[in-house]
Amino acid sequence: MSETSLTVVWVTLKLASVVTIILFLVATPLAWWLSQTQSRYKPVISALFAVPLVLPPTVMGFYLLLLLGPNGPIGQLSDILGLGILPFSFTGIAIACAVHSFPFVIQPLQNAFESIGKRPLEVAATLGASPLDCFWNVVIPLARPGFITAMVMGFCHAIGEFGVVLMIGGNIPGKTRVLSVQIYNHVEAMEYAQAHWLAGSMVIFSFLALLIVYLVNQKAAKRSMA
Amino acid sequence: MSQLQASFQVDRGDFQLDVDFILPGKGITALFGPSGSGKTSCLRAIAGLERLPNSFFQIGDKVWQDESKGIFIPANQREIGYVFQEASLFPHLNVQQNLEFGLNRLAKEKRKIEPDSVIVLLGIGPLLSRPPAALSGGERQRVAIARALLRSPQLLLMDEPLSALDQRLKREILPYLEGLHRELSIPVIYVSHAADEVVRLADHIVMLDQGKHICSGAISEIMVDPRFAELFADGASTLFEGRVTAQHEDLMTEVTANELTLRLTPRPLPLESPIRCRLYASDVSLCTQKPSHSSILNIFQGQVLRIDAGQQKGESLVTLELAKGQKLLAQISNYSLNRLQLKLGTPIWAQVKSVAVL
Repeated sequence: MSETSLTVVWVTLKLASVVTIILFLVATPLAWWLSQTQSRYKPVISALFAVPLVLPPTVMGFYLLLLLGPNGPIGQLSDILGLGILPFSFTGIAIACAVHSFPFVIQPLQNAFESIGKRPLEVAATLGASPLDCFWNVVIPLARPGFITAMVMGFCHAIGEFGVVLMIGGNIPGKTRVLSVQIYNHVEAMEYAQAHWLAGSMVIFSFLALLIVYLVNQKAAKRSMA
Repeated sequence: MSQLQASFQVDRGDFQLDVDFILPGKGITALFGPSGSGKTSCLRAIAGLERLPNSFFQIGDKVWQDESKGIFIPANQREIGYVFQEASLFPHLNVQQNLEFGLNRLAKEKRKIEPDSVIVLLGIGPLLSRPPAALSGGERQRVAIARALLRSPQLLLMDEPLSALDQRLKREILPYLEGLHRELSIPVIYVSHAADEVVRLADHIVMLDQGKHICSGAISEIMVDPRFAELFADGASTLFEGRVTAQHEDLMTEVTANELTLRLTPRPLPLESPIRCRLYASDVSLCTQKPSHSSILNIFQGQVLRIDAGQQKGESLVTLELAKGQKLLAQISNYSLNRLQLKLGTPIWAQVKSVAVL
């Protein structure tokens, strides 16, 4: 693999890792809240969180560009905070990518939390566990398959990100040029051999990642609540 | 132990609860009633798993809930043990870790119950390293009971702990519950709709129906109260609590309860062991003269205390008073009642055809 390819792979992996971490920090409390709430706004919020799933990446990218750009509210905020202009930067594509991958992380988490049910939480309370203690020592272990699914889905979706990255300013070598964009560049330039290398690796990687998800879920199904 | 005072009210449209009762702070108290009577809601409210409006709960001098003052101690800060209908062990922890989950969250100076003794009492020593999925239903429920006990609770709450188990497993667990009753002085509130469990285990009973408090009192008294006797699904009966006082070889076992001697078919029990017997009213027949040459072993002298209509048409439920205030219910036909000319105060001999040992 050439040095350019390696750089592209490095940027892509870095992006996916950062995005996964951000999403975990943001989606876990939101998924927990959604799984427990009886608020009548729950369907509205659930629908809002699922929008990135169905919206064309170009539409998402367009509005994110406006929001993050120098005249957008987030862009101005980042300017004040001294983070500089977000479009055409790694931080910018990370934020955009996180928004786009958000449903892939929150949904498995919410499903996992909901499938735990009320009972283990009540048991933990009668055994003296505070709500936070219960979350760490009962909810997280019981939702582990959900966390693994969410992690793999979020990571893989971020790795395959194309449209949103391009809209926000991807394609700067070493900074915002990621795998899928590089494959596009190779194909545009008729460099099919190089495109094959990267595309083939993606196919294998995606398959292996999903294999992990299914193996974990199968194992978890055998160990149901006793 | 001082007493418990409870008052719970809620109106959810299709379900109303409005109860007010005082419970003794010792022994096993059964919250008894048909499904939908509100017994589980009461138990959950006592545990703090549900916060009902306009409610009050006090154990000894500790107020756990007083909505008039906005006091509500959350479940995790109440000194309770709770056994759910399904064992609900944590599947990600093995038996030992399940037991430790509650124990580790209890301050050292509050640990009054010795873990090893509970493990022995419930016979779960060999299971400690197993995951819950590798246990039978009865084993799981025993672990759940041990897990609750290791919290050294001030109050043990049990929500139909046997109802999810079949007859065989019930018989497996009941002796452990009785052992717990004998060995530990923790007051227990036991929710059940099964008359046989209540009659076997409870000392005290609170009867609920459709969210209302029907009656409460010592089980031996409530059971012989003709107003409530028929609520024990399988028929009116009298409870005798006594001790084994003699073993006549393989011929019979003698039990003394309230200075009355009951003769039973032989039971392999050591002398002085506590025993609880149930005498069904339908197994008691009455004579106005002392019966002689009878094959019946248990004949008691007493007098008629009251006469009520029985549940079946043409039948009467006669309450007798035997020695020492011990009551006995007899179910006889109205025809016999007239023929014997029974009235209040009539001296009477009661023959008991069979005695069920619980």
